[in-house]
Amino acid sequence: MVRAPVRREDPRPVGQGRASTWSGVLVGVGVAAFVDETVFHQLLHWHHFYDRSTDQAGLVSDGIFHAFGWFAVVSGLFWFAALRQAAALRAQRWVGGVLVGVGAFQLYDGTVQHKLFGLHQIRYGVDLLAYDLVWDGVALLLLAAGAGTTVRALRSERRGPEGGAAAGARAGA
Amino acid sequence: MPEQGHAGAGWPGVLLAAVALVAVATYLIAVRRRRVGTGWPWWRSACWVGGTVLVLAGTTGPLAEAGHHDFVAHAVGHVLAGMAGPLLLVAGTPVTLALQALPVPVGRRLSHLLARRPVRLVTLPVTAAVLDVGGLWLLYLTPLQALAREHEAVHLLVHVHLVLAGYLLTAALVGTDPMPHRPGPRHRAVVLVAAVAAHDVLAKHLYAHPPVGVGSRAEEGAMVMYYAGDAVELVVMVLLCRRWFAVPRPVRLGTA
Repeated sequence: MVRAPVRREDPRPVGQGRASTWSGVLVGVGVAAFVDETVFHQLLHWHHFYDRSTDQAGLVSDGIFHAFGWFAVVSGLFWFAALRQAAALRAQRWVGGVLVGVGAFQLYDGTVQHKLFGLHQIRYGVDLLAYDLVWDGVALLLLAAGAGTTVRALRSERRGPEGGAAAGARAGA
Repeated sequence: MPEQGHAGAGWPGVLLAAVALVAVATYLIAVRRRRVGTGWPWWRSACWVGGTVLVLAGTTGPLAEAGHHDFVAHAVGHVLAGMAGPLLLVAGTPVTLALQALPVPVGRRLSHLLARRPVRLVTLPVTAAVLDVGGLWLLYLTPLQALAREHEAVHLLVHVHLVLAGYLLTAALVGTDPMPHRPGPRHRAVVLVAAVAAHDVLAKHLYAHPPVGVGSRAEEGAMVMYYAGDAVELVVMVLLCRRWFAVPRPVRLGTA
């Protein structure tokens, strides 16, 4: 059975490993945004909807990331499903992408949004330093793990004897 | 009208109810009068009727009445009339239905009209987004809100704009009605995220700085705008991405 290109309205083929990485990154960003909203805002009530110390730039950054977070998880999952259906998913590349996405969002949230824009703090009425260090430390660990996973996937693709993997490596993704 | 007690049942409410009734009747007559195609999907008719009901519920009756003094009711009404209702109306694909029900020459005129430059300009996702979310910014950050509170006609116009702009934006982003020169999915995705972001920023701004005369429970209303808006926007995102990443089914040879 001949498979047509997966993304019907987009002529770019998805058979490259790069698609797996980007789909993972989108899901990672979306999951991080979702966990931030659900766990820290709604369940723990550590974060505040708005703590009255933020400026317009912070509000805009928050709005864009909130909107993009939802879109990222929806588009990333649909992309994941399309790649699976076309038997073009590289699992290791995808997992690496997810870790990078989660780490990148958390690092941005912990540094730019919480500190630079002062959007809201991780928790109120506590000494923040420890919380900030753990928050950003976890973000860096996730980023490193994601980068490591992606590099290992690239290496094994280059070495790999399977046809699909060799094509992916040639594409230089 | 000076007395607020019957605002929901005033002449704008009667007018909106009449328009809704005509919209439903016209649609159902058109479904019966179609010239082409096989059966019209029942769920399209259900979407059209449901969308009309949501728009009506958001703009008239007890909810709109409560919205005069309670920002939560006001925000719920706006999400129904400006987002959820228009989404259902778009799913009803009225243009497709009209093209199938109208006499051929009239239908051809309608397609020509839809391809005209002004219509194309207005149905661009960017234009529709500015009309829709920009309209909300104008409403809450200028004296327009106070004006609408005092004059029923202005209030009615604001509601009409809310519904039409919501319809236009939803149709430009995820509509399946014929729309010449609809931009690609990536373009539409960027506009969607930007429009959602602008909506979220406005909601948080209203939470922090509620306009004068917006009524009680301003903070809760802003959160309804933020989170209930998210729910409708999530459905729009799913519709956009489902089509964007759709895997075409293998064509079966020999059955056509």
